[in-house]
Amino acid sequence: MSTPLLEVTGLQKHFPITAGLLRRQVAAVRAVDGIDLTVNKGETLGLVGESGCGKSTAGRLITRILEPTGGTVTFDGQDITHIKRGPLRDLRRDVQMIFQDPYSSLNPRHTVGTIVSAPLQIQKIPTPQGLKKAVQELLELVGLNPEHYNRYPHEFSGGQRQRIGIARALALKPKMIVADEPVSALDVSIQAQVVNLLDDLQRELDLTYLFIAHDLSVVRHISDRVAVMYLGKVVEVAPRDDLYAHPRHPYTVALMSAVPVPDPSRRDKAQRERVLLTGDVPSPIDPPSGCRFRTRCWKAQDVCASEQPPLTVLADGHQVACHFPVSDEEQHAAGSGRSAAAAQARDKIATVVADPE
Amino acid sequence: MVSGPGASLSEESTHDVADPAEGGVNSTTGKAIEGRSLRQIAWRRFKRDRVATAGGAFVGFLVLVAIFATPIVSLIGHPIDAFNNDLIDPTLGLPLGSFGGISGEHWLGVEPTSGRDVFSRIIFGAQTSIFVAFLAALVSTILGAILGLAAGFMGGWVDAVVSRIMDFLLAFPQLLFSIALVSVLPDSFFGLDGRLSRMAVLIGVIGFFGWPYIGRIVRGQVLSLREREFIEASRSLGARTGRILFRELLPNLAAPILVYTTLIIPTNIITEASLSFLGVGIEAPNPSWGGMLYDAKSYYQSDPTYMIIPGVCIFITVLAFNLFGDGLRDALDPKAH
Repeated sequence: MSTPLLEVTGLQKHFPITAGLLRRQVAAVRAVDGIDLTVNKGETLGLVGESGCGKSTAGRLITRILEPTGGTVTFDGQDITHIKRGPLRDLRRDVQMIFQDPYSSLNPRHTVGTIVSAPLQIQKIPTPQGLKKAVQELLELVGLNPEHYNRYPHEFSGGQRQRIGIARALALKPKMIVADEPVSALDVSIQAQVVNLLDDLQRELDLTYLFIAHDLSVVRHISDRVAVMYLGKVVEVAPRDDLYAHPRHPYTVALMSAVPVPDPSRRDKAQRERVLLTGDVPSPIDPPSGCRFRTRCWKAQDVCASEQPPLTVLADGHQVACHFPVSDEEQHAAGSGRSAAAAQARDKIATVVADPE
Repeated sequence: MVSGPGASLSEESTHDVADPAEGGVNSTTGKAIEGRSLRQIAWRRFKRDRVATAGGAFVGFLVLVAIFATPIVSLIGHPIDAFNNDLIDPTLGLPLGSFGGISGEHWLGVEPTSGRDVFSRIIFGAQTSIFVAFLAALVSTILGAILGLAAGFMGGWVDAVVSRIMDFLLAFPQLLFSIALVSVLPDSFFGLDGRLSRMAVLIGVIGFFGWPYIGRIVRGQVLSLREREFIEASRSLGARTGRILFRELLPNLAAPILVYTTLIIPTNIITEASLSFLGVGIEAPNPSWGGMLYDAKSYYQSDPTYMIIPGVCIFITVLAFNLFGDGLRDALDPKAH
């Protein structure tokens, strides 16, 4: 599309597990285990995956709240993987974060004014119009009453609190915002408001988003491209509409089939096409060899256990990490939707259940 | 409380031009929007708790008495070291008259043998108790807050070392240590007189052995607070550790620190009284509640008044501090129960 603002290659974060008196490392949780991502200027990349797949850790690595174990992160042409303290403070101006829980991301002892002005004070940004005025402009920008300057977070609803968090992230006029599940703690009716606010702000302020979420419909609404993560790996990256219409990775197929269909007349058909996965996500302490998804995949063969599939670009532009990507024929086989693939999946699952090895 | 969006827009311009004192009542809006801080909410809650308010009032009264002990005693006109041999029965050594010689002149009676005024000595004893208890609590709070913050926030070996020191101190026989320490220290040092130097020793010893109680609370709170997202948010803004510790964490620790400080003060009063009773606290001619209890034990079978008065003082003071501290905890943290 355009120039990449953020490039991530082979990014890893292993959390050590220590034991004994000497705190010897006995194992590591491979929360993020070699992911490749590119976020272009002005676009929104959605990052989806189920709980514990490492998407939040990835966000914290990119904003450099956490120190990566391996790989590289390049922001705006600058390698920020192991950036030093001084330059890191400057980087904070360009990369900001919106947090998941608006009840824990605002200090209960500070007023809204203190919270929103904190970035300006920490970064020593001059405010010619005065700090209070600057904060009130930010509050207005996110749709809050600027008169609420002296109020405390406990006096606001969840949606309003999240707006305060957004105002704080915008205070430094960042180029990129990493939003870590910004709406998953909110009521459904409020989610739309906040998502639309983020959308409007992107247009007004020329922002680039990395939007981390597990809610596929929210991601579909806001993203230009979507990356799917499973157990510390990116399994598929594709433009939004392509990904939702033609998922290539078996995990994405299963994920998409789990999206509820709001239209009752289509619900019956949708349920027949549902791909149900069995078993649990394996432990990130000891992930499966080869492809991480093979233990739950209905297309898995011997090669999947021995060789890790790299993230490669298919003919239709999808980036998929799979030895046997799901084709359109499989999805739309026999002219009656994706039921063939689903049926095949069910057969496979049935045999897996009958014979676990 | 919330005015309409249209109204707020028109207000905004006037508000900023003509409002040097922020939050002041604005004549155009009639009522400025001002948040109620958690402190104000806690104060309202505290005011509704009558028992705690009474405890707090008594604590305030005692503090005033302690501060103005010297003028109060000189106003009454019975110096603490004035002997009144004419009020003592020469054969028994007991005060003349019933109830320890309580009279219009000597409100709480006189001391057996010497005839010194008990009321004046109680006032000065209060000064000793309150000063020692408050300053020792201050020492404990400062040490406990700093070490607890460091242990909780830094973790790793700092946490391990501080936690082991706290375990060690909590298991240490404080009373025996105090007795041993006082017996080897000189009677006065640093140019302080006997009373002040002993008070300094008591403050140091009681304060030093008290900090692990605060330290544990602070460490535990920091462990839970540092996982909250606002700490992460502050870090993602580029905040230094000092700002995170003192601007983000400490305001959230103010409530538990305040509550536990008010709850260790009564313990300190009892410790001070115990040490003075054992003869290693305040030295003999100077008055202290614990010392008076010790003196009274030779006479209580014939006249218990002299024992009852300091005992009741200790009891009421400790009770008042505890009720005040409990009320404070309820007001600051209503979810604690």
